[in-house]
Amino acid sequence: MNHLDLLTFARGSALNWALIIFTAGVVLRLFEILGLGRKADLAKPRLDSPGSGWRTMFTRSLPPEGMLKRDPVTYIGGYVFHVGLFLGIFFFAPHIEFFRSMTGLGWPALPSALVDASVVAAIVALAALLAHRLNNPVKRMLSGFGDYLAWALTLLPLLTGYMAYHHLFVEYTLMLALHLFSVELLLVCLPFTKLFHTFSVFISRWYNGEIFGRKGVAS
Amino acid sequence: MSATLAKGINSFKEVLDAPIASFFSSCVHCGLCAEACLFYTETGDPKYTPIHKLEPLRRVWQQEYTLLGKLGKMLGLSKPVTDEELEEWKPLVYNSCTMCSRCAMVCPVGNDMTYMIRKMREGMAASGHAPAGLVSATTRSVEIGSPMGIRLPAVKAQMKHVQDDTGIEIPMDVAGAEYMVLMSSMEIINFPEYLAAIARIMKQAGKTWTLCSEAFEATNSGIQIGASDIAKVLVQRVVDGAEKLKVKTVISPECGHAFTALRWEGPNLIGRAYTFDVQHILEVLDDFRSAGLLKTSGFEEARLTFHDPCQIVRRGGLLDQPRNLLNLVAKNYVETKDHGKMNWCCGGGGGVSAIEEAEPLRLQAFKVKKAQLEETGAKTLVTACANCRIVLEEGLEHYHMNIPVVGLTELIAEHLKEGE
Repeated sequence: MNHLDLLTFARGSALNWALIIFTAGVVLRLFEILGLGRKADLAKPRLDSPGSGWRTMFTRSLPPEGMLKRDPVTYIGGYVFHVGLFLGIFFFAPHIEFFRSMTGLGWPALPSALVDASVVAAIVALAALLAHRLNNPVKRMLSGFGDYLAWALTLLPLLTGYMAYHHLFVEYTLMLALHLFSVELLLVCLPFTKLFHTFSVFISRWYNGEIFGRKGVAS
Repeated sequence: MSATLAKGINSFKEVLDAPIASFFSSCVHCGLCAEACLFYTETGDPKYTPIHKLEPLRRVWQQEYTLLGKLGKMLGLSKPVTDEELEEWKPLVYNSCTMCSRCAMVCPVGNDMTYMIRKMREGMAASGHAPAGLVSATTRSVEIGSPMGIRLPAVKAQMKHVQDDTGIEIPMDVAGAEYMVLMSSMEIINFPEYLAAIARIMKQAGKTWTLCSEAFEATNSGIQIGASDIAKVLVQRVVDGAEKLKVKTVISPECGHAFTALRWEGPNLIGRAYTFDVQHILEVLDDFRSAGLLKTSGFEEARLTFHDPCQIVRRGGLLDQPRNLLNLVAKNYVETKDHGKMNWCCGGGGGVSAIEEAEPLRLQAFKVKKAQLEETGAKTLVTACANCRIVLEEGLEHYHMNIPVVGLTELIAEHLKEGE
């Protein structure tokens, strides 16, 4: 199998299977969570914060007063990583072309140099967050295999994408195939690792905001 | 009913619901909850990280309610929860969690650790891993009627004492009164000034009120230890008393968890909405204030500050009421750093103050409160929870700080205009 065959496979059946497992996994996990249900709350709610759950989905992205100072690495590293990753995935011109070919939907891209910089920033942030995870006693105690696996699964697409864009080390066609495989690996694992927070964070934040909102402590 | 591991695990399975599943699914192990927890910040010991306190519950969820977890269990790859582990977790789930909810306010993915600890304690109690201090408080609540072993004659003695002091008759079992007043054991034993304050305030406001001989105790150790069946019995007493006397509103006293038990958990425990309202005393007082029924005179001159009880503010929604009331009677009122819904717990909530072996840790955690107070330079500390008050007094004494602690209700009563 030459490099082009590999790329064809990565773009073809490998991608299809990855997307099928990803979609089925996400649906299954959502069902696992929401299927547990919860009892109706019979206590009379306070009425001064309607929509608290929906608002908390967004407001919880900001650090409460005083928290930034307590753990700047986690907050700043977290922002830089998430923003960098988001721009890298959704605003890189070839990615948009790829989405357009699959869904027919497209949107304007950001200049490649800017996306490139944001990806570098995301990679640096990931490295800093790993170092922090290994050094901070709380994080180290909480961390297990799943945390390091999730870290590696997230780094690989960023790294291979960067290397493909800059034509580094490996022949371009092969690098592109490797980039696609790393994305497919990420898609397959996402529903079954802590990376599922990509979806569940909106559910947990909603519950938090709703529980507090009923008590009149709006987010 | 004897406690066994199987009952505990079953209880874990029963309490697991969609919110908890979403919380465990979302946790990215960022550790920020530790930075919000006074037991971690004041000790630096990572085992006090809030989400870590829930680890046995998380594993039961993972093994019972996720596909991968079930596969792992079938193949014998997962680590089952054992009695030894739960015993090891006892100090984490009880001694070092006041259910203050500060962590739930900062978690970036929105996990409500208090919601989970409350439910996890059901399984801890069912498996026999609850602390002795809470077990005996709960037993006294069921058998005698109060966690501190107070019976009706003690209440009657206090009524007489207050009547003699104030010259106001203390009503008991008066059907059709607007308000039914509850007390916490702490108020009956240590702070009789609460009842006197209520009598004078109600008289000035011209409101009818009553105590209830069958339901005078507001506290509920069932929700602290994690025994919903017992919590239900205790709430039912209040509901029966209030419905028998046909009162409009039941007043929860200056006690944090009593308010949580009555206001938020009660209807869910008894399985129906109440036929009456439940208000915290601060809500009642603030209503009186805005209706012009609370006439005060004079101001406290000393610099004073307010300790927001967690269950009253963060889990109760009473943020403005205490401030409105303080401004009525205090000129030199200062806020602590992190006041209001980000206030630091006194360290003794959620049943912790009833656990003898938790005392050294509680006093260590009090350092955060000490620093908060010192920064304000306040000469008087006001609060609105009798348990906070005792815990604060003990902490202040331990650190040789000479700051008196007073209840907000009695502070207001001290400034009531005489003869109105």
